[in-house]
Amino acid sequence: MSSSLRNFLITRALLTIPMVLILITMVFFIMRILPGDPIRSELGPKATEEQVEIIAERLGLNKPLYQQYYEFLWQMITLDFGNALTMGERPIKDELAEKLPATIELTIPAMLFTAFFGIFAGAYAAKKRKKAQDYGIRLFSIAIYSIPIFVMGLIFQIIFSVRLNILPIAGRLDPLLLVTFESPTNFYIIDSILTQNWAALRSTIAHLILPALTLGLALTGVFIRLTRVNMIEAQESDFITAGRARGIPENKLHYRHALRNTFIPILTLIGLQFAILLAGAVLTETTFSWPGMGRYLVTRIQLRDYNAVQATIGVFALFVAVISVVMDVLYAFIDPRIRY
Amino acid sequence: MANEKDVLVQIRNLYVTYGTRLGSVSAVDDVSFDIYRGEILGLVGESGCGKSTLGKALMRMIKSPGEITGGQVIFNGEDIMEYSDKQMRDFRGRRTSMIFQDPMTSLNPVQRVDEHMIEAIEVHEPKTKKANITDRITSLIERLGIQKRRLTDYPHQLSGGMRQRVMVGLGLVLNAHLIIADEATTSLDVIVEANLVDQLREIRDEFGVTILMITHNIALVAEIADRIAVMYAGRFAEIGPINDVFEDPMHPYTQGLLRSVPSIRLDDQEELYKMPGEPPNLTQPPSGCRFHPRCPQAIPICARIQPELLETKQGRLVNCWLFQDQPEEAAHPIMVTA
Ligand SMILES: Nc1ncnc2c1ncn2[C@@H]1O[C@H](COP(=O)(O)OP(=O)(O)OP(=O)(O)O)[C@@H](O)[C@H]1O
Ligand SMILES: [Mg+2]
Repeated sequence: MSSSLRNFLITRALLTIPMVLILITMVFFIMRILPGDPIRSELGPKATEEQVEIIAERLGLNKPLYQQYYEFLWQMITLDFGNALTMGERPIKDELAEKLPATIELTIPAMLFTAFFGIFAGAYAAKKRKKAQDYGIRLFSIAIYSIPIFVMGLIFQIIFSVRLNILPIAGRLDPLLLVTFESPTNFYIIDSILTQNWAALRSTIAHLILPALTLGLALTGVFIRLTRVNMIEAQESDFITAGRARGIPENKLHYRHALRNTFIPILTLIGLQFAILLAGAVLTETTFSWPGMGRYLVTRIQLRDYNAVQATIGVFALFVAVISVVMDVLYAFIDPRIRY
Repeated sequence: MANEKDVLVQIRNLYVTYGTRLGSVSAVDDVSFDIYRGEILGLVGESGCGKSTLGKALMRMIKSPGEITGGQVIFNGEDIMEYSDKQMRDFRGRRTSMIFQDPMTSLNPVQRVDEHMIEAIEVHEPKTKKANITDRITSLIERLGIQKRRLTDYPHQLSGGMRQRVMVGLGLVLNAHLIIADEATTSLDVIVEANLVDQLREIRDEFGVTILMITHNIALVAEIADRIAVMYAGRFAEIGPINDVFEDPMHPYTQGLLRSVPSIRLDDQEELYKMPGEPPNLTQPPSGCRFHPRCPQAIPICARIQPELLETKQGRLVNCWLFQDQPEEAAHPIMVTA
């Protein structure tokens, strides 16, 4: 299996390239079609034509479009994203190295939460089908699905930060700790463990709870519903009846036999939801002032920072592509019928 | 072959109904019979007559909207209708096990063959040592003609016949006394089916298990069963030793059924018998004997009063007015006059 798995992975990776290419090309042109440009948005309305031209010359924005596109593609291929066009014109690579870990540190716990909680709640609802618990869980799943992320975030902030005052309202780390905090990887949890900075670890986790919960809950509704439907279907399978005829206890039939078979469609959903998760991350990061890729993207879109936006979206796309390959590999482990 | 006194299961006045939008379906209606220890009992009848329902009822496996509405299933002297859920769970698999029609779907696709077997043993005999479990499974599976290395296969890697043998193995692994095989061979091709049937008979001889063989295939029953039970519209028409019933079917329904079995003998010029009419709608079964609207030998009482399954000859029970005395008032219907 392993050599064919390797072939499969290579094929998948190669297929990712045109996908990312198309996406970033679209972004490249849409950014330039949008009204406004990076120079004027930074200099403000009072800037003179000469000032604008000098800067455009320096940033290469006065070159013909095809040349800009060609240079941009080259930058993407070499994974050197060039410099940002605004706010200090720092290398985008450096900026993303700070922002991407923040986003990963937010989205992974959110995804774990939504998957575990959603799957468990859905499986439980299926077990209690047509009973009060089932109706309660279904109502809950519809409710959280329909509340916008920033509203949910705001409600949590009001309850837990303002009223109860038990969790920080925004940010990644207590500002007092941030002054002395050393973060070589920008994954605060990893760094605080490595440096045995327990105060920072506690603070990081406290800061993480509300945004991760908000983002996680926003996606949980879909998981609950998918798990529930598939579990109800699995309950009707012949092998469940056969297991029951063998005296296998109901809990085992439900949470082991039926649920393990349900993992296959759920895994697909996790892969698909990751893209939506990143979209949700943009809103969550904005609501909780979380210094990740999402908030970075919003700021740079407003500034029409072509380079930064293109690179950020390209990285997002790669992220989603990598996750979906990982999911395909996980399939092979869960479903013995699939062999690459 | 069975000693008549040695009864394994007594079914008494069993009723099963399904609640449907069109009314309640009386799928098993006042069925009483015995299953002898060590016999192979064939249960035949048209589609929808309640064979599977009866088989499931013997393990209390009727699912909603179905319900066992009355009767007893006395297994080894104990009425399982009185059992608690926990007792029932212990009963299933250890006392009675079931093999289903579709071997493709009756094994968990993400579980290996040995995991199925180990799980069954661990659930029912939690104290068994790992090594003993492995030995038991290995010798059983080899006895069934499956190679040992197949134990680590997943169901989809096995052929249909092999899968069905695994199901048989799962039935035997806990030494169940009764195996209910519901159309267990129907989906297999003829040769594989014949093999499995031979194997079932060998297993009966070797392990002394009792087999209730539910099938459409009367030829199959003729080959393997000791006795045959003929079911019609939720009731038993006739039950008796296989040779006797085949030579001299008593119930008009059995007669029709046997005459409608195709034979492969080439000299057989006889045209196949086609039973008149349709099986009844079980939401509104016919009054009296449920077969009377289709019965060529019906007499007036058949439409009014239900006959009983009574022993007429040695070991033969028939549910038909032609073989039992009519009650007084029925023989001379009371005329209601103004
Ligand atoms: N879940 C159900 N809901 C409603 N009616 C049912 C249900 N299951 C079975 N029945 C009815 O009960 C009767 C007996 O069904 P059963 O499946 O036991 O027949 P069968 O003899 O096994 O038929 P077959 O040979 O086709 O397997 C049929 O009339 C059927 O319509
Ligand atoms: Mg059936």
